[in-house]
Amino acid sequence: MAFSGLFLILFLTQHMTINLLSVVDSLRLNIFGAEESNLFNQAAYFMGNNPVVQFALQPVLIAGFMLHMLMAFVLQAKNAAARPDGYQYGNKARAYNWASMNMLITGGVVIGFLGLHFYDFWIPEITAKYVTGKAHIGDSPATEAILADVNRFYPELVHRMKYPWRVAIYCVSFVLLGLHLNHGFQSSFQTTGVSQGKYVAGIKKASIAFAVIVPLMFIVVALVHFFIS
Amino acid sequence: MKLTLHVWRQKDAQTQGEMVDYTLDSVSEDMSFLEMMDVLNQQIIEAGDEPIAFDHDCREGICGMCSMVINGQPHGPQQGTTTCQLHMRSFKDGDSIYIEPFRAKGFPVVRDLMVDRSAFDRIIQSGGFVSVGTGAAPDGNAIPIRKEEADEAFNAATCIGCGACVASCKNASAMLFVSAKIAQLDRLPQGKVESKERVRSMVVQMDEEGFGNCTNTGACSAECPKGISLENIARMNRLYLQSSVSPT
Ligand code: HEM
Ligand code: SF4
Ligand code: FES
Repeated sequence: MAFSGLFLILFLTQHMTINLLSVVDSLRLNIFGAEESNLFNQAAYFMGNNPVVQFALQPVLIAGFMLHMLMAFVLQAKNAAARPDGYQYGNKARAYNWASMNMLITGGVVIGFLGLHFYDFWIPEITAKYVTGKAHIGDSPATEAILADVNRFYPELVHRMKYPWRVAIYCVSFVLLGLHLNHGFQSSFQTTGVSQGKYVAGIKKASIAFAVIVPLMFIVVALVHFFIS
Repeated sequence: MKLTLHVWRQKDAQTQGEMVDYTLDSVSEDMSFLEMMDVLNQQIIEAGDEPIAFDHDCREGICGMCSMVINGQPHGPQQGTTTCQLHMRSFKDGDSIYIEPFRAKGFPVVRDLMVDRSAFDRIIQSGGFVSVGTGAAPDGNAIPIRKEEADEAFNAATCIGCGACVASCKNASAMLFVSAKIAQLDRLPQGKVESKERVRSMVVQMDEEGFGNCTNTGACSAECPKGISLENIARMNRLYLQSSVSPT
């Protein structure tokens, strides 16, 4: 759980960094009057076409997600079995926080969000690249020329982020991901035994910082494209 | 004060139990919780019924025998306190109190509020000891030990094996108890030599007893009458990982 979780945390950080490039692009294009800004396009093109990323890291990432979810359900089932008869009055033990008690719920919302995210970006991208050989931007018809265009990623992203319902779902999901991370981050250091003595307080603070900043940055990306791009 | 009590009654391990309601009219706030239970039992006996079975022994917070989950909290509402040390001044006149046994697959109910905690004994038997003869009491300063280590070993050793950690954990995990025993021995030179074997066999036994897995919610430590720290669990996890990578 902890190792797959920490692996997903690394992935999330990398994903956030690339997304933030699109915010830089948007600000340069729309606020500072730049003619062209293709940082996001370059990064997205690299991620989408580099064989190491596509055929080594991507399968590992998918496996990491699968493993994390599989272990989550096995863990949940085992732990439920450890108390067959619950308390009549309910369990009123003092516990740290809501997030730590409801990892399956916050994780479940993340899966739901991933469904939308795959529908938005990953499935169209994989079909365009490996099946039809044609891509589209927004509502345009799919063509081979668009697929070959190295700068097609940014306009597609902006197009998707123009729908208020999608932006709303993004925001809510990332708040819940933040709760998942707030517990998960510190929990994984406890599980791996790093949380000792002088490190404990620092890990707690880092956990809160990570759980606030990373989801917030994803939300900022969605909002910038919705309002500014 | 006057109290309404809802108490779990269960004839034996095989019979299905249920909550039974009682009222007690003259409870003094100076009584301990167990004295209140004694008064209730007296009233039940006088009415010709079977008294409520519950565990207790020292009644001074050191043996770990008393248990009970009071209004959803093991050892009741006062932090850092065993049921025997809890006093009725923690409650108000007219209160309704729910009293249930510790609930976990690893702690089957024997009768009423008594549960079988021998799983803890079996976990200790699987490795919670130092296997060399240490001889007669040696000079206290013969083996120098850093003050901080000695203090932390002592803190871990204050675990009284009551099982409140299991009762409070949403996963009924016994990891706070097991880790306290492991950390106590691992911090001292006599215990450290066998730490890796110990952690493996105790964890195996813990799983066999049907306790759940820790998800680091922290309920155990918050409810533990001795305030055993979660850092012991991190230490146990680290030792377990180390012993999986290099077994000796
Ligand atoms: C980007 C996505 C995700 C990240 C970064 C992430 C991260 C983490 C981390 C770091 C942990 C702590 C592991 C430990 O202490 O042992 C964790 C635990 C957990 N995760 Fe995730 N997770 C993600 C997605 C999911 C999903 C989709 C589910 C769906 C079921 C899920 C369910 C759980 C559960 C049930 C736990 C265990 C609860 C616990 O140990 O307290 N996670 N996650
Ligand atoms: S760790 Fe605390 S709650 Fe658990 S058995 Fe020891 S004293 Fe009781
Ligand atoms: S009866 Fe001994 S600790 Fe409560």
